[in-house]
Amino acid sequence: MTLLSLSQLTASYGATQALFGVDFEIAEGEALAMMGRNGMGKTTTVRCICRMMPAKGALVFDGHDLSRLPSHRAARLGIGLVPEGRRCFRDLSVTENLSAAARPGAWDAAKVEALFPRLGERRGQLAGSLSGGEQQMLAIGRALMTNPRLLILDEATEGLAPTVRAEIWAAIATLKASGMSMLVIDKSLKELRGACDRVVILERGRSVWDGTMSALSPDVVEAMLGL
Amino acid sequence: MSRERLLNALLLAGLVVVPGWALWADEPFTITLATRAVIFALAAVGLNIALGMGGLVSLGHAVFFGIGGYAMGVLASHAQSYTPLYDGLFTLEGTKAMPVIWLVAAAASALAAWLIGLLSLRTSGVYFIMITLAFGQMAYFFAISWPAYGGEDGLSIYVRNGFPGLNTLDPIQFYGICLAWLCLALWGHARLRRSPFGLALDAARQVPARVQAVGLDPKRLYLVALVISGAVTGLSGALFADLNRFVSPSMLSWQMSGEIMVFVIIGGVARLFGPVVGAVFYVALEHWLGGVSDYWQIILGVVLLAVVLFGRGGLIGLVCGKERPDA
Repeated sequence: MTLLSLSQLTASYGATQALFGVDFEIAEGEALAMMGRNGMGKTTTVRCICRMMPAKGALVFDGHDLSRLPSHRAARLGIGLVPEGRRCFRDLSVTENLSAAARPGAWDAAKVEALFPRLGERRGQLAGSLSGGEQQMLAIGRALMTNPRLLILDEATEGLAPTVRAEIWAAIATLKASGMSMLVIDKSLKELRGACDRVVILERGRSVWDGTMSALSPDVVEAMLGL
Repeated sequence: MSRERLLNALLLAGLVVVPGWALWADEPFTITLATRAVIFALAAVGLNIALGMGGLVSLGHAVFFGIGGYAMGVLASHAQSYTPLYDGLFTLEGTKAMPVIWLVAAAASALAAWLIGLLSLRTSGVYFIMITLAFGQMAYFFAISWPAYGGEDGLSIYVRNGFPGLNTLDPIQFYGICLAWLCLALWGHARLRRSPFGLALDAARQVPARVQAVGLDPKRLYLVALVISGAVTGLSGALFADLNRFVSPSMLSWQMSGEIMVFVIIGGVARLFGPVVGAVFYVALEHWLGGVSDYWQIILGVVLLAVVLFGRGGLIGLVCGKERPDA
C-alpha cells in the first residue's frame, strides 16, 4: 500500500524555481533513499513534504492531500522529520526534548533510550551541550516520540565521526527491521544500499532515476552522483 | 540545593515574616507596602508565563490588570449601592464576595486575552508589541469614557470585599490572602514549566518551525499561554483594586504595562522568582527613594540599564549566574 506519493512536485524560493517535477512513491514499510549532488533539491523536497514551504503538484500521504495542510497538521498525520543540522531545542534537556514532542503511541522515552543508550546516560543534560552525534540521536528520538508512520532523515549522518555514524546506521537498520517506513537522505551509498530498498535520484530539481538498490548500476552512480 | 533555589526559599521566607517584623518594629505601613509588592509580583508572574516561557513581549498586560480591577469595582459598586448589574429577563446582582470577584476577574481577563491573542498572534516581533499596545490604549480610553463607572475619576469602593472566615480589613489577613495567591501562582508556574505544554511552549520560543515539525501548532501554544497569563494578571488586578479600594483607568495605562514588564526584566525573565524580586525591588525603591526625590525613577532607569547591560538574567541572574531556573 502506498504511504506517500509525490507527482510532478514543483517549488520555488521567491522567483527562483528549485523543483521542476519530482515524482516518487513510498510504500508502507519501505525504506527509500533519496540521493543527488548538492543543490539538486533533496532538502527542498523534504521541506515540501513536511509542508514547510508551498509546493505545486500532487502530494498525498496515506490518502490525505497534504497540499493545503499546515506543517503541524502534516506532522500529526504521521510524518516525522529529523532535520538537516539536527536543530534540537538547545535550552531543554534530553528528557525535555523527548517529552515536548511526545504523542501517544508505541514509541516512548524508554524505547528511544533502548535504541540510543547514550541518551539514557544524558537524560538531564541540555541538548545544546551534547556532541553532534548525540544531538543526531536526540533528533531521531524526538521524531520517533511523535510516533510517525513515515520517518524522514535529512542528511542522516552528515558531519559525524565514523563510530557515531555506525551507531546511527545500526539504529536505522533496527527501525527498518521493525517495519518503519523511511525516507533517508545521505551521501554514503554503501550504507544506503544496506539500509534501503529503493533509491530515487534527483538532478536539477527533477527525479531522474527511480529503482531498486540492486538495479543501481555503477554507470548510473558515476553519471548522476559523481561517485 | 542550588544557589537559586536557596535564594528563592529565602525570598519566600522573607515574605512570610514581613507582617511579624512590621508589628515588632511598629511599622504597620510596611504590611501595606509588602501587600502592594506581592500583588505586583503576582501580575508579573502572569506576564512571565507569556514573556518568559513563550517569548511574547506584551505591552498590553495592563488590559488584564485593569479588567481584573474593574471586575472587582463594578461588582462591588453594585453590591454597595444595592442596584442590580442587570435587571431584564433575569436579575444579576453585584457581590462583595472575594471568591466570586476573583473568578469573574480571572475569567473576564482570560476571555480578553483569548480575543486579543487571536488577533495579535497573527503577527510577531515588533508588530505583536504594537498590537498589544494598541489594545491597551483602546481599553484605557474606553474606561475613561465610561461614565457609569466613574470615567476618568475612577470608582471608589467604601469597604474592602469579604472572604469567608477572614477579616479582610485586617492588613495582615489581607496580606495573607495575597501571599497565598502568589505562592499558588508560583507553584502553578513551576508545574507548568515542567509539563508537556510548558516544554512545548519553551521549544516553540526557541525554534517555532521545529515545533511544527513535531505536530504542534506554535500559535495555539502561544494563545493558551497568553490566556493563562491574562487570567493570573487579571486576578492580581482584582486584588490591587481591593487593596486600594479604588479602581481607575490608570490601571489600564501603557505605563502600567511597562511597570509590569520592568518587574519581570529587573528580577529576571523566565526565572521563577524573577517577578517577585523585581516587584519587591521596585516597591522598595519607590518607597525609599520616593521620599527623597520625585524623580526617583531616574535611579530606576539606571538600575534597569545596568541589569539589561550586565545581567541578562536580571537581579537573580546577577546573584545566581546563568544556571537554569529551578522549578
